[in-house]
Amino acid sequence: MRYLIALILLLLPHVGTAEDWEDRKLFNEGAEGRPLRVISSTDTVLFAPLIEDFISRNPLISIEYLVSGTADIYERVRASPDAFDVVISSAMDLQLKLANDGFALPLDDIPAPPWAQWHNSLFAFTSEPATIVVNRTAFEDQPIPQTRQGLIEALRERPETFRGKVGTYDVRQSGLGYLFATQDARVSETYWRLMEVMGSLDVRLYCCSGDMIRDLADGTILVAYNVLGSYAAVQTEGKDALEIILPSDFQTTMMRTVMALDATQNPEAADLFVRYLVTGTAQSPETTPLPVLSQSGESEQEAIGLNPALLTYLDVLKRRKFISAWENAVIQ
Amino acid sequence: MTVSPAVSGSLRNRLVLTLISGAALLAILLFFAVRNYAAQVAQQGQDNILEASAASILDAAALRDGQLEIDIPYAAFSMLATPSDDRVFYAIFQDGVFISGYEDLQLAKGADDGNWTFGAGELRGERIRQVNASRTLVGLGRQTEIEVALAQTQDALAETLDQISRNAAFLGLGFFVLTAALSFWVTTATIGQLNKLTTSVTRRGPQDLSPFRKPVPKEMAPLVSSLNSLMGRLDQSLSQSEDFIAEAAHRVRTPLATVRSYAEATLQRVERKENREALRAMVRAIDESSRAAGQLLDHAMITFRADHLEREELDLVALTHELVQRLTPIAEMKDLLLSLTGEASVEYSGDPILLQNAVRNMVDNALKYAPPDSTVEINVTATPKIQISVKDSGPGFPPDEIDMLTRRFERGQNATGTIGSGLGLTIAQDVATAHGGKLVLTNQPEGGACVILSL
Repeated sequence: MRYLIALILLLLPHVGTAEDWEDRKLFNEGAEGRPLRVISSTDTVLFAPLIEDFISRNPLISIEYLVSGTADIYERVRASPDAFDVVISSAMDLQLKLANDGFALPLDDIPAPPWAQWHNSLFAFTSEPATIVVNRTAFEDQPIPQTRQGLIEALRERPETFRGKVGTYDVRQSGLGYLFATQDARVSETYWRLMEVMGSLDVRLYCCSGDMIRDLADGTILVAYNVLGSYAAVQTEGKDALEIILPSDFQTTMMRTVMALDATQNPEAADLFVRYLVTGTAQSPETTPLPVLSQSGESEQEAIGLNPALLTYLDVLKRRKFISAWENAVIQ
Repeated sequence: MTVSPAVSGSLRNRLVLTLISGAALLAILLFFAVRNYAAQVAQQGQDNILEASAASILDAAALRDGQLEIDIPYAAFSMLATPSDDRVFYAIFQDGVFISGYEDLQLAKGADDGNWTFGAGELRGERIRQVNASRTLVGLGRQTEIEVALAQTQDALAETLDQISRNAAFLGLGFFVLTAALSFWVTTATIGQLNKLTTSVTRRGPQDLSPFRKPVPKEMAPLVSSLNSLMGRLDQSLSQSEDFIAEAAHRVRTPLATVRSYAEATLQRVERKENREALRAMVRAIDESSRAAGQLLDHAMITFRADHLEREELDLVALTHELVQRLTPIAEMKDLLLSLTGEASVEYSGDPILLQNAVRNMVDNALKYAPPDSTVEINVTATPKIQISVKDSGPGFPPDEIDMLTRRFERGQNATGTIGSGLGLTIAQDVATAHGGKLVLTNQPEGGACVILSL
C-alpha cells in the first residue's frame, strides 16, 4: 500500500505533463536554451512553413509546437499560463476572453490596424471564412446549393440520400464551432432551421475541421457545414469530388489570433514570433497556405469584430441557453 | 547742476510683474478648471455607457418556468468597445449569490432596486470604473433579486484626459502669452504718458517757466498742476529777484555817478601825491562798481528781452560797424586797433539791442585783455553759418576754466587787476541762446582769445 502511494506520488507530477496532444513537434532542435512553447489550434502541416521561415530568420530560437483543440487550448492556458509562451487559436472569443482576463502580455508597437488587434495584446493574422463543403457526387443531377436556404431545401428534398451523411461542429466541444454557430445565429434564423434539418438527418458531430474533411474525402459524409475554408482547400487538393462553397447569403469570417502570454519566461522570443506572424505573413503570403489578413479595410468588413462583445456568448448563462437551444435543434 | 533722484524700484517693472503673475495665476486656474470640467464630462460619458450596458443586461433577465434566464444581448458588451480596447468585467448575482461572470468583481453596497451606484476601484492591477444595478424579478409565487456589477478599465478615458490636458495646457499657455504681451503693451502705454511729460519738461528752454497746457491723463493732472504751481512760484521769485537786482543797480548807479564827480573834482584840488593816488584808486573802484551795476542792469534787461524775444530784420555788419565806431575812441585810448572784416552785409532776423549788447561785451572783453599796440579783429561771416567772431592777441583763456567762464560772475584767474564784473560773456551767451545759437570760447593756436557768437 505504501509503495502504491509512493508510486502515485511519483507519477502525479507527470500526469499534468504527460499531455495527450493532437500533435507536437520541436523545430530547430539544435538551438540552445528553452524552446518557445507555442500552443496552437492550427494543424502542424499548415503552420510548419511559417515556423520554418521564422527559424531561418531567427536561428537561435527553437520552437515547440503543440496542437490541440480550441476549447482545450483555452482550458490548458487558464490552468497553467506559465507552461506556454504563445497562444494561437481560431476561437476569437476564447482568445479575447484570455486577453481580457489578463493572461496576455501587451506588446508595444506592433503594426496592426486597430480592428485587427485588441488591447495591444491580441493580434489577428489570418482571415478565414466558414464554408460549406459538399461532395459533388451527391449533387450530380442537382444544382449545388450556394446559400444556406438552398442547402436546407436540398437536404429536405432528398432526406434518404443525406441521412447520416451530413456533418458539422459539435459546438459543445469545439471553441471555433461555437464561435461560428453563435455568430451565424446572431445574423440569421436560417441557422436554426438548418440545424433542425441537419438534426433530423442524424447529423454527425465533429470536434475539429480536420476530422470532418477527412470523412468528407472518404465519403463518410456528403455535406459539411461551417468547415474552415483554409483547411478544406488544403485537404481537398487533388480531390475533385469536393467543392468548397462560400455561402452567398452571408459569410462568417474568423480571424486567427495570436498572443504572447503574460507569464511567459521568454518574452523577447515571444514578441519576435508574434511580430513575425503579424508582419511577416502579410509580407510574404506565398509562405503560408493560410489566408493572409488583408491590411486594407476589406477584412474588417467581413470578419467577426475583435471586441468585448465576443464575451457575450461565453457567459455561463448565455452559453447554457444557447447550447440547450442547439441541442434541442440538433439532437433529436 | 542736476541731482539725480533717489530711485526706489520701477513702476514699470512692478506693473509688469503684477500683471504677469496675475496672468500666470489665471492661466493655471483656467487649465485646472478646463481639465476638471472635461474630466467630469468624460467620466460622465463612460458612466452613461456602463449604465446603458448594465441596463440591457438586467433587461435580459427573466424567470421562465421558475428558472432564471439572462440572455445577455450582444450589444451589451459591444457598446463597451473603446479605441483603447478597455477590458470589461462583469458579475451577475442572484439574491446575493454569484452566478455568472467574474467572481473577483465585488458588488458594491447600496445597489437597491432602481438605484445605480458608480464607483472607482482596482481589479487585477488595473483601475476600473464600476456600475452596480439591481432588479427584482417576480415569477409564479417566487421573487428574486438580480444584481449586476459591470466594470471597465479606464485606458480610453485616460487617453482622452491626456489629450484634454494637453489642449488645456496649450489654452492656458496661449492665454498667458497673450495676457503677458498685453500687459507689456499696457504698461508701456501707461509709462509712455509719463515719458511724454518728462520729454516736454526736458525740451523746455532754460527760461521757460510757463505752465504746461497740453492735456494729460486724469491721474497725472495733480502732478502736472503741482509742477505748474512750483514753476509759477519759481518764475515769480526769479522775476522778483531780477527786478530787485535791476532796481538795486539803478539805485546804486546814480549815487555812484555823483560820488565819482565829487572824487574827480577833489582830485583836481588835491596836491599831495599820496592823496591823489588814494583818490585815483577811489575813482577806479567807483568805475568798476558802476560798470558792474550797468552790466547787472544789462543782464536783467537781456533776461527780460530774451524771454519775450522780438525779432526784426537787420544787417549784422552794419550793426557791428556802428558798434566799432562807437568803441574806437576807447580802443585808441588803450593804443588798440579795431578791425572789422568779413562780408559786406549779413542779413539776420533778431533783436538788435540784444545782439549789439552781446557784441559789445565780446569786444569789451577783448579790449580789456589785449596788449597795447595790438589789433582786435572782428569778423562777421554768413557761411557756413552766421557767426561773429572777436579775436585778440592777449593771454587767452585759461584752458582749465574755459567751460566755466560764461557762468555768472565767473572770472578767469588772469582777470585779477582788470576791471570786470564777470557778466560780459554771460550776457553774450544768454543772447546767443535766446536766438537759438551758442557762444564758443577758444584759444587761437598762435595765442590770444577767440570768442565766436554763432547764430
